[in-house]
Order: sequence, then structure tokens, then C-alpha cells
Amino acid sequence: MSLSGAAAEPHTEQPFLQHHFALPEQQAEASKIGMWLFLVTEILLFGGLFAGYGVMRMLHAEAFHQAHAHLDRALGALNTVVLLVSSFTMAMAVHSARRGERRKLVLFLALTLSLAGVFLGVKYVEYSHKFHDGLLPGRLYAHRGDATAGQFMFFSFYFLMTGLHGLHVAAGMAVIAWLLRRARRGEFSARYYTPVDLTGLYWHLVDMIWIYLFPMLYLIS
Amino acid sequence: MSTASQAESSPRTYLRVLAALLALTAVTVLAAGVNFGAPSINVVIALAIASLKGSLVALYFMHLRHERPMNAVIFLTGMAMLAIFLMFCFLDTASREPVVPSAAPAAQAAGALRPSSARILRAS
Amino acid sequence: MTGRNYLNERRGLWSWLTTRDHKRIGVMYLWSTLLAFFLGGVFALLIRLELLTPGKTVMSADTYNKMFTLHGAVMIFLFIIPSIPAALGNFVLPLLLGAKDVAFPRLNLASYYLYLAGALMALATLAMGGIDTGWTFYTPYSTSTGGAVNLVTLAVFVLGFSSIFTGINFIATVHKLRAPGMSWFRMPLFVWGMYATAVIQILATPVLGITVLLLLMERLLGIGIFDPKLGGDPVLFQHFFWFYSHPAVYIMILPGMAIISEVIPVFSRRPIFGYRAIAFSSVAIAGVSFLVWGHHMFVSGQSVLASAIFSFLTFLVAIPSAVKVFNWVATMYRGSISLQAPMLYAISFLLLFAIGGLTGLFLGALATDVHLHDTYFVVAHFHYVMMGGTVIAFLAGLHYWWPKMFGRMYSERWSRVAAALIFVGFNATFLAQFVMGSRGMPRRYYNYLPEFQPLHILSTAGSWVLALGLLIMAGYLLASLRRRPDAPPNPWGGLTLEWQTGSPPPTHNFERTPRVEGGPYDFHLVSEEAAAGRQR
Repeated sequence: MSLSGAAAEPHTEQPFLQHHFALPEQQAEASKIGMWLFLVTEILLFGGLFAGYGVMRMLHAEAFHQAHAHLDRALGALNTVVLLVSSFTMAMAVHSARRGERRKLVLFLALTLSLAGVFLGVKYVEYSHKFHDGLLPGRLYAHRGDATAGQFMFFSFYFLMTGLHGLHVAAGMAVIAWLLRRARRGEFSARYYTPVDLTGLYWHLVDMIWIYLFPMLYLIS
Repeated sequence: MSTASQAESSPRTYLRVLAALLALTAVTVLAAGVNFGAPSINVVIALAIASLKGSLVALYFMHLRHERPMNAVIFLTGMAMLAIFLMFCFLDTASREPVVPSAAPAAQAAGALRPSSARILRAS
Repeated sequence: MTGRNYLNERRGLWSWLTTRDHKRIGVMYLWSTLLAFFLGGVFALLIRLELLTPGKTVMSADTYNKMFTLHGAVMIFLFIIPSIPAALGNFVLPLLLGAKDVAFPRLNLASYYLYLAGALMALATLAMGGIDTGWTFYTPYSTSTGGAVNLVTLAVFVLGFSSIFTGINFIATVHKLRAPGMSWFRMPLFVWGMYATAVIQILATPVLGITVLLLLMERLLGIGIFDPKLGGDPVLFQHFFWFYSHPAVYIMILPGMAIISEVIPVFSRRPIFGYRAIAFSSVAIAGVSFLVWGHHMFVSGQSVLASAIFSFLTFLVAIPSAVKVFNWVATMYRGSISLQAPMLYAISFLLLFAIGGLTGLFLGALATDVHLHDTYFVVAHFHYVMMGGTVIAFLAGLHYWWPKMFGRMYSERWSRVAAALIFVGFNATFLAQFVMGSRGMPRRYYNYLPEFQPLHILSTAGSWVLALGLLIMAGYLLASLRRRPDAPPNPWGGLTLEWQTGSPPPTHNFERTPRVEGGPYDFHLVSEEAAAGRQR
């Protein structure tokens, strides 16, 4: 192995290009790979919850069947629609960023943010109903008149899974709000929009997780 | 960032994907109300529809269709690993007695051999 | 070498705390993990001291339980898992690739701070009464016992993210930051090993994350997943726990193997035998490592069907490891061997890892495992692979890259003394444990039958010799830092890229971007003078 080659290139014309990358595409592709790797860790994190839920359902089928009837399918379906549309607006945001269309980028980011807020709002309504009825996780469970014992476990998983998911939605909202601020200040262009791109990937994963959560928790009986 | 090398979906494609996703959502809600015989069939159908929706999101919204294969390899490897984890957990649970039977403990007080130990003895 | 380099270019504590330089981050990790090693070692010596006599020797049974729990947790989470990847790997990986840094330098620094936070949280439990669950936290004991279990599980969660971020960084770096001309099969094998390790870090660690989260929720809310009184399944906890913790042991050994692949060719002056076989075996080990976790659960209540499948797959995973051992030995054949410290440790590794790996087969077979599970045989097995394997390899790498990292050579003579003491002490400590384990001495036991005492005494004596060797090593390494920077750029005559820049390297690694035209171990193509001319 030998040493030869040009000295380091100046990165002054492209301030977003970090010193250890030679080309912007190289940096953008590396960032994407990094983001996908992070998404895989999220898949396995939530996957563990699905595994636990699946096993406990196998062991307590009757209790889970009765417990899930307490969930509001309409609200769950509404939230599914809300997230799917927000994924669309996020994809449109990335598309606009890619073409350097600042106004559209801001518009679509704002729409995505609003839809995320609606999602959390609906969840708040759902959770309020549960709290009111004593349908709480673990030893907090206070619902009376259950035909089968053990329904608290279903709600343990319900709150854990939707709670963790909700936390991810909230975190996503914070990041999108930050992107919105940067977008309005013109910090993104057709040449550099990686943060928007990566946030989009994160948001779509959050949507994908709900795509599995909704039938597993609300629909299957 | 050279945009020329990466093709991308058009807004119209995104709209079509959204329409498909919404339609599939309706299908899954309706299918959940239908009795197909065994409850496990409903599970399989729900998972299949969810996976179809997930694939649409991954391929189009997440650009896997148009990008370098490495990103898709990463994503699929993650899903495969999850599948292995789920499979082994379910396999194990399905092939043994539960640690504490969900029925009352009265049967054990009678001194009978617990089913799981009986199975091990029979197998050897 | 007294010019400007990454150590002296910017000075002051703040410049270190806010650095994005992978070399500085690697050095910070190095000191932190070595401190953890020292702490874990102190716990180990205390354990061995207590076991000199049956019954109480120096501490109560409760204290003893906390001692072995903390020894395990500190060694595994604070030392072995981060040490080679985050300390040596961070420093050397970009250099080996001809890059200026890792792909995400800020993420790298964040990874270090997460490590610190997790470490401090874990050590805080010492002041809060400690934990006595064993490092494996099995339920239902861990869901019902007092102590600082909540804090320790949170610490593990935080440490997990540190590990994940390192893995993300390394994979992206290997994909996107190789120097011009460095194809995948011209990469040094250390890089292949680190890549395979990173894959495991990413796929396995999140499951540990959710496991500790569920454990925490079980303790705080009684959610019912692992507690049999609530209808939960404690065996499910073990599935969750071992899905990470088995691949984790390959997170530990793969980097060690990666170092051996670097050291042996250089100190044999021969190209590595079977480059592709070693490269692919790293990936194969990573893959198969995910399919064997149930071999920790053969007697836990897992179904016979699942146990049989896991046992079969466990035998498979030994094959790629064996391929490596054969190839390393074949590399040495007819080589021009020089027995300096890195090579002494590398050769020790071959023997000790072989013993550790072979004894794993006894544990992987269902019939024998029934007798050996939870005995000292298991303890000896994993110490042979984790310490005789990973730690010895870590020491090999430390001695190999020390001149590069700090610009100083260490005392050759004292390094040989230490290596000898470590080898003898290690074997005395742990061979005795194979014997007592196969005779029925259970692990984690405070009290034991008098017939085991002679072996325990031998093991404890061995631990003192081992500790002496390690202390001597610490002594001459620290002493070397007080010398003038006298290390040449290439003291060992290596052909990989890190030797093509100064010792220590400048902050930006290379004056000019390297261009790679050959393989990393082409000793057969190098001229006679260059081959013989190891500059000292």
C-alpha cells in the first residue's frame, strides 16, 4: 500500500460538507446508511414488545380477547388514517426540499406537524377514557366486573406499546418543529436537505410501527 | 447533492400510494369483523395486510425502490432478525406447558406429576 | 517524533471534552475502560479471597452475592464490550481505512458521553446497596428483590445506546470512507472483524434495551410479563435476555479475533493464510450467533424441541471460529517469528481461545450440559474465551498500537515478564475451575464442600499471580508515557495504513490521502531490506 494523491480539498464552498468527507454525495449516502441502521434498532426495540405481546396472548387468549373489546376501533382507525396522511405530507416535504421549493417544504412540514398533533390528541382522548374506566396497566388496573381474570395484562401491553410509540411521535414532532424553523430560515436547498430526508425516514418508520400496532391491538380477536 | 443519479417518485405516485394505504386500512378493518373459521386466520390476514402496507411505505415513501440496494438490505436484515426472535419465542412457548397453568392450582396439590415433567420423561 | 500530532495540537481539558477527533475519543474510552477493568478486577480478587475457605472468610453471604454481580456487570458492560471497539477500534479503524475520521464524529462523542453516564449510574448503585441478582438479572428474583435494580437496568439501557451508536458509526465508515483503491477485499481483517461486530451491536442491543425496560416496568407497575404469580413467564425473560447476551459474547470475541488477524502476519512476516476465509468467517459468526441463544436455557424449562434445535446450531457456530484458528496457525508456519509482546499475547490467545472454544462444546451438548450447567465448568469456559480470548487479544492490540497512539515504546523486557506472569496466573486460576466444575462445584456459591478447597486455593493463588502480571504491565505502560516520544512511525514493520503516518498521527491522520494498490499483508511482495528493516 502506498501513499499518493492530492492534498485535502477546501470545503469552503460547501459549508455543509464536513472535513472528513470528500464529496457531498458521499456524506449524504453515509448519513442515510446511518439512519437506516438506527431505524433497524427501533424495529428490534418495538419488535421485542410484539414478541412479549404475542407470547402473552398465546398464554391468555380469553383474557386478551375480552380486554381488547374495550378499545375504540373508530378512534384507532382514525389515528391510522391520520398517520398515513402525515406520512404522505412528509414524503411531499422531502420531495419539495429536494427541488429546493422552500415554501412547499415549509407547508408540508407544518401539515405533518399538525397531523402528528391530531394523533396525540386522539390518543389523549383514548387514554382519558381508559383512565376513567380504570383500564390501566399492571397493578393500577381498577376495572370491575371482568368475566375472565388477567385482563390487566392486555392493558399493560396496550399502554406500553402505544405509550412508547406515542413518545416516538412526540420526539418526531420536536424534530419536525426544529426542521420547520430551519426551513423557514432557508437553511435547506436542493444541494443540502439531508436532515429533512433523514427525519422523513424516521417518521415513516413511526407510521409503519402503528400500521402493525393497530390491527394487533385493536382488531384481532 | 447530485439529484440526477437518484430517480424519485412523483407526487402523483405518492398520492396513489396513500390511496392504496387508505384502501388497505379499510380492508383490514372489515376483514377483522369476518369469521374465517379459526382465529389464527384473522391474525395471518391482518399481518399480511399490514406487511403489504409497510412494504408500500418502505418502497415509496422511504425511497427504497429508487435507491442503492444497501439500505434495503439493512432494513430487511432487521426484519429477518425480528422474525427469528419471534419465531423461536413462539415455538418454545407452543411446545411446552406454561410455567404456571392459568387454571387454579388445585390439580397440582393432588400430587400428580406436572405435565411438563411427564413429557420430558416420556421423551427420554 | 516530536512534531505536532493529535495529542499536542490542541491542549486543555475542554479541548478533550469537546473533541470530535476519533483518536482522542478512543484514548478517552481507553482510560475509562481500563479503569473499569481495574475495578472489576478488584471485585474478582475479593471474590477469590472469600472463596479461600468454605463459609465466611472475609465477607457475608449477601456481600458476596453483590460482589459477583458487580464483577460480572462491570466487566461485561463497562469493560469488555466497549474496550476493543470503542477504545482501540475508534483510534485505529479510520487509520486502517485511510480516512480522516469516522463517518459521524459528533455521534462518536455522544457515544462516549452515554458510556460515561451509564457507567456512573451503574457505579452509583455501589453506594445504594448494590445488586445481588447476578449479572443476568433472572426473573422472578430480579422483579421482586430490593436493592438498586432499577438504577442498574437504566444504566444498562443507556450503555446499550452507546454501543449502538458505535456500531452505526463503524458500519457507515466502512461503507463510505475507504481510501481510493481499497476494495472490500483489500481491507485489513481488523476492519472485517469490527464490521461484523457492529452488525451484532445494531441487531442485538435493542432487544436488551426492551428487556431492561420491561424488567423496569414489571418492577414499577407489575405489568405481568415475567412474573409467574401474575400469569407471566420467567422463561420468556431468559429468551429476551439471551437474544442479546449471546450475540454479545461475539461482540466481545470478534474484535479480539480481529486484532489477532493483524498481529500474526506482521510478527510472522507472512501474508495471512486464507484472507477471504477469515473475512467471511467473521460475518458467518455474526450471523449464526443470533441462532444459538437457547443454549443458555437448556435446563430452564425451555421445550425439548427448542433445546435440540439450539444445540445443533451451537455446534455450527464453532466451525467458523475453528477456521480462523487453523488459518492463524497456518500463517505462522515457515514464518519469521519475532516474539515481542504483541506476538506473545497473540500466541497465548491461540492456546487459551482454543481451550475456551472446545470446552464450549461440552456445554452445547444437551446431555453433558445438564450436569455442567451452573457449575464452575461454565465459569472456567467463559473466562477462557472472554479473558483468555478477548482480554489477551486486547492486550495484544494495546501493545501493538501503543507506540502509534502515544508515540512511545515500552520496556521490552518487562513486557515479557508481565506476559509470562499473566499466562501462568490465568491458567492456574481457571484450569482449577474446570476440574472443580466437572466434579460438581456450583457457581455463585458462597459456601462449599471441604473437598473443593484445595482447588479453590489454587485458583485464588493463580488470581494473585495474574494480578501481579497485570500490575507490572500497568507499571511499564504508564512509565513509557514519561519518556520522550521516541517511537518511529513503523516500529513493527507493518504494511497497513496506520504505519504510514507518524506515531502519534497528526490530527487529520494523513498528510495526503493514501492511495491503496495492494493487500494489507503482502509481505511476500516486500523487498528483503524492507522486510528485515523493522525500525527501532
